Amino acid sequence: MDKKIIYIRDTGGVSGTAMPDKTKDVHSLLLNGLRDRGMQDSVQAVRVADIGAYNQGVVVKVLPDTAYYGVKDEDLGRILDAVKQGTVVKELTARKEPKQLRIVLRNCGVIDPESIEEYMASEGYQALKKVLFELKTQEKVIEEMKKSGLRGRGGAGYPTWMKWNFAKQMSVDQKYVICNGDEGDPGAYMDRSVLEGDPHSVVEGLMIAGFSVGATIGYFYIRAEYPLAVERIQKAIDQCYENGLLGKNILGSNFSFDLEIRLGAGAFVCGEETALIASIEGRRGTPHPRPPYPSVKGLWDKPTVINNVETLANVPYIVNRGGDAFAKVGTQTSKGTKVFALTGKVKNSGLVEVPMGTTIREIVFDIGGGVYNNKNIKAIQTGGPSGGVIPKDFLDTPVDYENLQKLGSIMGSGGMIVMDEDDCMVDIARFYQRFCFDESCGKCSPCRIGTAQMLGFLSKIAEGRGEIGDLDNLRRISQSMQRAALCGLGQTAPNPVVSTLRYYEDEYKVHILQKKCPSKKCRNLLSYKIITEKCKKCGLCFMNCEAKAITGNKDDGYTIDMNKCVRCGRCFEVCKFKAVGKE
Amino acid sequence: MAKSIQAKINDILLRVPEGTTILEAAKSVQIKIPTLCKHPDLPPSASCGICIVRVKGSNKMLRACCTPLEENMEITTHDPEIVSIRRSVLELILSNHPNDCLICGRNNNCELQKLVADFGISEEYFPKIKRDLPKDDSTKAVVLEPEKCILCGRCIYVCQDMQDVWALSFLQRGIKTRFSPAGDIQLSESPCIKCGQCSAHCPTGAILEYYDTPKVWKALQDPDKYCVVQIAPAVRASIGEAFGYPGKNFTGKLYALLRRLGFKAVFDTNFAADVTIMEEASEFEQRLVKGTKPLPLITTCCPSWVDFMEKFHTDMIEHFSSCKSPHEILGVLSKTYYAQKNNIDPSKIVMVSVMPCTSKKYEITRSDEMHASGYQDVDIVMTTRELAGMIKQAGIDFTNLPDEESDTILGEYAGAGVIFGATGGVMEAALRTANYFITGKELAKVDLEAVRGLEKVKEAEIDVGGKKIRVAVAHGMANVEYVLNKVREAKKAGKEMPYHFIEVMACPGGCIGGGGQPYMVTDEVRAMRAKVLYEDDKAKAVRCSHQNPYIKRLYKEFLEKPLGEKSEKLLHTTYKGVPIYRR
Repeated sequence: MDKKIIYIRDTGGVSGTAMPDKTKDVHSLLLNGLRDRGMQDSVQAVRVADIGAYNQGVVVKVLPDTAYYGVKDEDLGRILDAVKQGTVVKELTARKEPKQLRIVLRNCGVIDPESIEEYMASEGYQALKKVLFELKTQEKVIEEMKKSGLRGRGGAGYPTWMKWNFAKQMSVDQKYVICNGDEGDPGAYMDRSVLEGDPHSVVEGLMIAGFSVGATIGYFYIRAEYPLAVERIQKAIDQCYENGLLGKNILGSNFSFDLEIRLGAGAFVCGEETALIASIEGRRGTPHPRPPYPSVKGLWDKPTVINNVETLANVPYIVNRGGDAFAKVGTQTSKGTKVFALTGKVKNSGLVEVPMGTTIREIVFDIGGGVYNNKNIKAIQTGGPSGGVIPKDFLDTPVDYENLQKLGSIMGSGGMIVMDEDDCMVDIARFYQRFCFDESCGKCSPCRIGTAQMLGFLSKIAEGRGEIGDLDNLRRISQSMQRAALCGLGQTAPNPVVSTLRYYEDEYKVHILQKKCPSKKCRNLLSYKIITEKCKKCGLCFMNCEAKAITGNKDDGYTIDMNKCVRCGRCFEVCKFKAVGKE
Repeated sequence: MAKSIQAKINDILLRVPEGTTILEAAKSVQIKIPTLCKHPDLPPSASCGICIVRVKGSNKMLRACCTPLEENMEITTHDPEIVSIRRSVLELILSNHPNDCLICGRNNNCELQKLVADFGISEEYFPKIKRDLPKDDSTKAVVLEPEKCILCGRCIYVCQDMQDVWALSFLQRGIKTRFSPAGDIQLSESPCIKCGQCSAHCPTGAILEYYDTPKVWKALQDPDKYCVVQIAPAVRASIGEAFGYPGKNFTGKLYALLRRLGFKAVFDTNFAADVTIMEEASEFEQRLVKGTKPLPLITTCCPSWVDFMEKFHTDMIEHFSSCKSPHEILGVLSKTYYAQKNNIDPSKIVMVSVMPCTSKKYEITRSDEMHASGYQDVDIVMTTRELAGMIKQAGIDFTNLPDEESDTILGEYAGAGVIFGATGGVMEAALRTANYFITGKELAKVDLEAVRGLEKVKEAEIDVGGKKIRVAVAHGMANVEYVLNKVREAKKAGKEMPYHFIEVMACPGGCIGGGGQPYMVTDEVRAMRAKVLYEDDKAKAVRCSHQNPYIKRLYKEFLEKPLGEKSEKLLHTTYKGVPIYRR
């Protein structure tokens, strides 16, 4: 093989979302094209997951350095011809490469994730070798991790070396390490992309974690909704066994390690480590009180370290380059990079990996290209259902664990949702509260009943039945959940409500007192009106109104009876003269 | 020796052994942290969120029930914020509870009700989130009312871990979470063994015994009926708890009370226990000396154990004593022997059993053999808790009643009969008599301390005429497997049996810890109740069943001899496997 073509479907892209199997079509088209040109033996076509190309549709990379964006089926022939001739189709390469730093995503989109050889060719398993034959001791590896300042990327930001060290200090017959791949925040897919795009780096990270704490068995806990991730990890594990990288006496050392996959059944709470352990043990996936922490008493009561996918993907890099080199990137308290899934009302949505300390503005505007449709940004949301909103006034905040927390949000696993002036904060709070309500495991009363009550109050407000005392109720329930819920998810579930109340209380009050939604989002609060000056009396709205709320005729004009109106918005949409007003 | 920890609770310096929870530590300095889900008999489930406390230096609050006190911790158990959060959590719980206390089986005896009263909550603060869940009284022994459940998880722990039955489990999640027989089937179709431990540990009215009291009142009112009653050994030791007199023997007052309630004759199950011993000891002698059937012999006084064995341990049927449980024996004797002697039409006799047990409610219709007298041998079973209620309904100043005697000829008991109520008691009673049957000599010392106490499994060797008799006593269904597996292993290996005689009681502590006993049982309470029985035994002039003159008379006048034709017909039963539950 002298050439290789890699292509992806942009998972976050607008154009690609309509056809989930888009890449499969491209795959057969590419293979056919190669065969037609007699290139099937000299060129290899590889499909990978998101490589961080934003809103670019199908991306075809011709290694080493050519990339085509927004490729349509009919463009493939031209690209293949160019490959054959060794030229470049200039007009398809137009795209500004954003300034990012790729540590976690270093191999994603660069190598074939199903090939251990390619991973090895790009420093793969060098870190493991360094650990086994150069550093040799658990202490030295943990020391490197300590120097690196790496903190858990799952959300809470606990120093990784401390977790490892606690487990290392336990002297028992059996310990475990687990990779937490139960990514569940709405809109977040960082872990999935790493598992799909660079499975070996996570496997290697987990092996090093296993060595450092003295575990001989590791588990990948991956949600079943990520079949490709599961497939790729399984393949990576199989390849490791074939190459003597897993099993007894790895690479001739006295380190033995085995890896298995456990599938999560889609419960959000199973991303919480004690619930995750219960799930692996075959029990109901509900959290348990800590302490004891898993690093003392975890899976089957043995010391267990649970690290997030992104955390582990950093590990080989840190070992290879040294903790000090890694620590040069980032801020005082937060080292390295963070991958964000940039979504919402942003021009270029997709995965972003930036050094800690990059400002929100840089991420949204410089990398994301600004707000979709050139509207005004209102806020961004980070941390998913455990996070909060950050108003536009704070766009210049450098992103790190502490700063986001100060603003009432959290780093979380890395969801970043851009909101514009059309987004209603009550609606946003309600959206996240519904998510928490649906996903509450039901074990502890503050979360189980609290999420239900909060959702009730938010719905009441959004539907125009709100009373001013409801805000106090929301605050009171939030407080009791933050203080008395059992697990991290329950304690942070009120965050979207608390932070929107903190910054946008006025918006809540307009909903309650004036029964209006300033962003015109809450359906029940909308009212429609024919603007007579603009109305041409065409009758289109009348004909389209299924609720028969519009009366009148072509001579006298039309009126909308808000008592009959079901606020479907059809009249607003069909009017060609913008004569239907919404407020 | 555990390390000791020094810490401060509410500024009080204290020293406790390492591992002591904040809740227990606070108790040692006279601070009662309110709890709801925590039962002193069970490990914490940490679900309710009421027991939160503040730790200096942390902005999180901790659950006192499950967090061990740590060196130099400074805990605050009550401050305005803590109390207000506890109150909010309680209000949340109330918003998801029927709050129909006046017509609830736990009215005035409910842990939630008490806590709500303590917090002075006088309104339903949050909107009601109603659950529409059906009541399940299919077993006619244990009744489930899931609407009243606060999801503390006690019953689930009791059913799965303490009793190893796995009938109950949590279903669904979030606000829809509920407890139910696993698989959402009727309790009667589930593996439930009706031990009622769930009902004895439930904090609210979500699990109750089937309420048979109205039937008793009705029978007592019926001039055509001849109502007789028996009290189980364990009832006398616990009924006082319902009236503020724990640890006191109420035998004489119970006789007086039951007469006042209108029973024509008051018998004692202890007498029937003596009969059981005559039969069972004979059975043991036959198996040991003549080898009629295989050893070990396993006791069958406990209907929950019988049910458990028929479902899960069918291979043990041949080891089971065919002897009925004492109250069934008394039932059949009342309608045969007693009826004949006193010229009473047995069809008019209503036999009421006052039992510490919910399972006896199920046992009385277990099979046709429970109609050995030609009528249903026992007509109604009521629990200790039900009797306490009935005493209050009758307005009798129970604790000040003068003592009375039981009615002959089914009332006078030997010391052996009364210890049936405690774990190991049946074994001790049987060995006292078996020794006589086998050797023809009385034991020099009838107190067999080796089989007493609350150790989960008690194993002992008893010298019977120079032969070492190996016995095992297990109580709490989860402890049975160990004993049975030893038998199975020996069988498989063709080795000598590890035991000659095994006693099993479903409930921890035996009947004194029964599912129908007064609430808030702990090991201290169990030990206190057992002490009452052993003292009763010690005070008796006749301590062995075979020496009881009324037993001698019964055999002379009616039964002829143990395991005789009449005995076999009236006092013995058979067992069959229910293989659907094989594990």
